[in-house]
Amino acid sequence: MIDPIFPPGLVLIAAGLLLAVAKGSVRTTILLLAPLIALWAVWQVPDGVAMKASFMGLDLAPVKGDKLSRLFGTIFSIMAFAGALFALNQPRTLELGAAFVYAGSAIGVSMAGDLVTAFAFWEVMAVASTIVVWSGGPNARGAGLRYAAIHMFGGVVLMAGIAGEFATTGSVAFVHMDVSTVSRCLILAGFLINAGAVPISAWLPDAYPEASWSGTVFLSAFTTKTAVYVLLRGFPGTELLVWIGLGMVFYGIIYAILENDMRRILAYSIINQVGFMVTGIGIGTEMALNGAAAHAFAHIIYKALLLMSAGSVLYMTNKRKCTDLGGLFRTMPLTTICGIIGALAISAFPLTSGFISKSMIAQGAADQHMSLVWFLLAAASAGVFLHAGIKFPWFVFFQKDSGMRPADPPWNMRWAMIFCSFLCIGLGVFPGLLYALLPYPVDYVPYTPSHVVAMLQLLLFSGLAFFLMLDLLKRTMTVTLDVDWLWRRLGRKVVVGLNDSAGRAWARLTAGIDSVARWLNGRLHRHHGPEGVFGRWWPTGTMAFWTTVMLGAVLILSYA
Amino acid sequence: MPDNKDQDHWLVRENTIRQLWRWSTAILAILVLLDLVIEHHPHFWIDGTIGFNAWFGFLSCVVLVLFAKLLGVALKRPDTYYDD
Repeated sequence: MIDPIFPPGLVLIAAGLLLAVAKGSVRTTILLLAPLIALWAVWQVPDGVAMKASFMGLDLAPVKGDKLSRLFGTIFSIMAFAGALFALNQPRTLELGAAFVYAGSAIGVSMAGDLVTAFAFWEVMAVASTIVVWSGGPNARGAGLRYAAIHMFGGVVLMAGIAGEFATTGSVAFVHMDVSTVSRCLILAGFLINAGAVPISAWLPDAYPEASWSGTVFLSAFTTKTAVYVLLRGFPGTELLVWIGLGMVFYGIIYAILENDMRRILAYSIINQVGFMVTGIGIGTEMALNGAAAHAFAHIIYKALLLMSAGSVLYMTNKRKCTDLGGLFRTMPLTTICGIIGALAISAFPLTSGFISKSMIAQGAADQHMSLVWFLLAAASAGVFLHAGIKFPWFVFFQKDSGMRPADPPWNMRWAMIFCSFLCIGLGVFPGLLYALLPYPVDYVPYTPSHVVAMLQLLLFSGLAFFLMLDLLKRTMTVTLDVDWLWRRLGRKVVVGLNDSAGRAWARLTAGIDSVARWLNGRLHRHHGPEGVFGRWWPTGTMAFWTTVMLGAVLILSYA
Repeated sequence: MPDNKDQDHWLVRENTIRQLWRWSTAILAILVLLDLVIEHHPHFWIDGTIGFNAWFGFLSCVVLVLFAKLLGVALKRPDTYYDD
């Protein structure tokens, strides 16, 4: 144990800054070693406040440890390692540096003992992740800007909430909160925006798929799962979250069914999966909270694995639409197998990590006799297999023969996928490893004959439904409108329209002023112009005449 | 599917696909029959009945796909919609 403790997140942030200048083997060493040092640092943090600070009269606890913090710090470090291995051959310096700062800030949030520290890391995450999106190239510029705008807005909401919390309670400690005050509602809203909660979910499938083949892998892990962490810490048992979570679950499925871009399918399924976690947080029992935390841990790995296999396909073929892909299993066997393992894990197949985590959330609902929630979660589990479990591998690797014969990707990308596949199955086979890390003691046995058969029935009959409805699921060259239509289309139309109508109004106003001026000018011209009554040359005789008249009048008046 | 029926990868040959359907059907049937011998601990009532998860999963997917199709009619646009 080292003393004094430093925030473990700073390891990766410092490494990220070093990556800006490092080259060659130094760069490789930093990329692979820094996440391991971060992991070690996370485990050096003891329970309770490990570091205190005072800032502008606020009592801060930049580092605080407990099982929940360490769970997220651990998975963020592991993810940084897997992502770095996958991205080893990514030539863009900025992307990897930003990705490490991003990962480090996520660890920073998960180890923060107060809201101000959490907020500071939260905002660094927003900036760093925007840079990761932008590293995707010129096409990512617009999506990155929209992404940044949403997160800056979320940051403002969160900051307002934290300021209000300090004003009402005099404390910024990051503890369990109920939604009894406006400021706490604002904090909750700020958290939910980052979670990709409905109705503001569109930023995620808009931005993530525009990042590079490696950038999306990093993006999938940190922002939404940090939001899950802060919701677990701050708002467990808030009933509203059950319904928001279920909304996310079904939103993700429906939109993924309609989607053609392989990485956007997976982006929608992030929202779907985070929906399961948010529902679990809303249920709020120890079983459900354990389930949500375990699911976040498992999800980060299998989602990274899925996006790695999609990233490998993109890297090798430069194609991203299902309509252009298909038949790649012939020459990309490893990518196909790893993609299928990820797809089985996200679908919660027995012997994969998803099975041991997601079932705890459903169990939490059953324990509370929330029948509607339980049945909806079961239906959603079937839907997950449909939209991610089969749809993704089928359309990318099988389906039709696209004629492309790309090889598997370079060694580092292959090993990153093998590493994640190994974890997906390892956790599924030895659930005790993950259960030992969970915030509450686990009293749950995932592998009972009844549960295994039930899950297999649910999933395999969903598979049957998929193949029977294949005609209905044929991909089309379309996008599906989302809430972001409001600012991408309507907002623009309003601005362009305002611009037009303001221009027209201005033109009308100036034309009006012009015609009034012309009219005035005309009148003046009529009386005072060369032809006007007042503008004439008056003959001197006339003047003499009028003078005489005036004089006559004066004379008459004076004698009268 | 297969371009030159017998030269292509064994996985996409018509014979393999026929076999795959046959085996899958058998597995699905066995899974439902297992409900007869396995003791379920239903949380509610209906989830303990024979084949519940089979028809519930199947039906859920049908409903989800049909709902998505319906929504797609209203919300789908060409994928160049936002490109300008």
